[in-house]
Amino acid sequence: MSRKGKLLLYGVLLVCCVPFVFPTWWMATASLKPVNDIFAFTLLPQTVTLDAYRQVFELQPFGRQYLNSCYIAVIVTLGTLVISSLAGYAFARIKFRGAGVVFVIVLAGLLVPNEVTIIPLYRMFDSLGLVNSHWPLILIPMLGAPSVLATFIMRQFFITLPRELEEAGRVDGLGRLGLFWQVSLPLARPALGAVAIFTFLHSWNLYLEPIVFLSSKDKFTIPQALTQYVDAYGGAMWNVQLAAATMSALPVLIIFVLAQRQFVEGLAQTGLKG
Amino acid sequence: MTLLLEKPATVPAADRPPYWTMRRRDELAGWLFVAPQVAGIVAFVIVPLGLVVWYSLHEWNVLAGTFDFVGAANYQALADDPRLGPALRATGFFSAGLVVLNLSLALFLAVLLNQKLRGTVVFRTLFFSPVVVTLVAWTIVWGFLLQDNGGVNGFLGLLGIDGPNWLRGDTTAMISVIVVQLFKGVGLNMVLFLAALQGVPAELYEAARIDGASTWARFRLVTVPLISPTILLTSILTVVGSLQVFAQIAVLTQGGPGTSTTVLVYYLYQQAFQFHHFSYGATISLLLFAIVLALTVLQWRMRRKWVFHES
Repeated sequence: MSRKGKLLLYGVLLVCCVPFVFPTWWMATASLKPVNDIFAFTLLPQTVTLDAYRQVFELQPFGRQYLNSCYIAVIVTLGTLVISSLAGYAFARIKFRGAGVVFVIVLAGLLVPNEVTIIPLYRMFDSLGLVNSHWPLILIPMLGAPSVLATFIMRQFFITLPRELEEAGRVDGLGRLGLFWQVSLPLARPALGAVAIFTFLHSWNLYLEPIVFLSSKDKFTIPQALTQYVDAYGGAMWNVQLAAATMSALPVLIIFVLAQRQFVEGLAQTGLKG
Repeated sequence: MTLLLEKPATVPAADRPPYWTMRRRDELAGWLFVAPQVAGIVAFVIVPLGLVVWYSLHEWNVLAGTFDFVGAANYQALADDPRLGPALRATGFFSAGLVVLNLSLALFLAVLLNQKLRGTVVFRTLFFSPVVVTLVAWTIVWGFLLQDNGGVNGFLGLLGIDGPNWLRGDTTAMISVIVVQLFKGVGLNMVLFLAALQGVPAELYEAARIDGASTWARFRLVTVPLISPTILLTSILTVVGSLQVFAQIAVLTQGGPGTSTTVLVYYLYQQAFQFHHFSYGATISLLLFAIVLALTVLQWRMRRKWVFHES
């Protein structure tokens, strides 16, 4: 490529970056501005204050809410990994009667967005007395429709493993569980990584379920808590919302930048490739 | 002791065909392995889906505690609902806008990043980064930037443009919601396209170049057919995803101004969880499900027309 062409390409790429990078930058820097300067159009704050960060914890039990989001996302991720790798493995490697029909039933889950079933799910958890608890936020993503994509990705991965690998294990006297656990699963690390990443993000971002199921502030998750920083007139307290938003986004962003290769390539290389 | 030894065994244990043959073991293992997933799908997808139908045939008054069979009354009410038309229009506007913009921008960025150029990994990371930013956090920042005196208009001001009050106008509010979601999610499709582009053999471009094909012709006649399976997959995922948009609407516009951004999911939420019309909400749910199903089946059937298969 010519020098001129390269320069042009860099120029286009840089311009394209603006709407992707600018909002995150603005979120972090504006959260440090005093409330009166919050709308000042400056790339860096003129004066830095941590007032908004103090208020985040004063107005709501934000630490508790942060912990809620973390532990729910971790349980959902671990649970999905177990359930989906088992099911994905069976659909890919084990011949059992009814496998085809069961697989179609499970795949149908992909076509039923959670929004469609939210009313009966609410009534079901209500009749079990589990509304305003974290159970729906854990059980629905882990066992319901969102886990189907994970199972599908695991299946697509296990199908590509050569049969000879398991033959060797069989000769050594391993049963199905042994073959799964000792032979196939260790090789599935890239697929497990991809599933873990998107399951975690899905749980972390969940918004409809928390606002439907949760009503007390100490049970809230982060996304729901973020929108609760409003003044007496219902207007957004921008600096406080931005400070809380920054705290919710930065840790995940930092992990992403450190492990971006696994993130991006893992997601691109597994199953989802079509 | 002696008695035991003398007793003649009818069939020596080793000769009896074991009940647990490998096939039977696999049969059992298969079912046990899929059991949690299947139980979950039955409990959290199939049964609720049946209940949605059941609710839609009843009139459920939560306050009075009554639940009466009303047949097709809810469907009739939905057909006559003056808010249905605007909700469908908003849904169509949002989905069509998002899918077209998302797929074209994703493909455009993927082609740029597929050039032999230093530093593409940095750009890839930046374009992908909104995917990992908490959805509501991303939406809040954009809500802040889109205020009348916010960052977007500040930016436009530098270019000498007097920007509108984005979230207060019918059309600009819808455009805002589309744009916010576009930049949040386009990185994922971009990465999938990039992986597909890297799978296109370089010899094919070379051959097309020798045949005198222009850059655009090479893109249209070589690249697009070869990555068409990925285009199909991303378009199905993006269409279904676009019909589920909720948090962005709830945080940015609450369906407003007026009802201009009240998409079907948001209308369903309002009816069920703000007005407690559960049975009417269930009827809207079924309409949403029918739309998801129809669009997915349609795209899947269209694949024979334009998706290229090597074999």
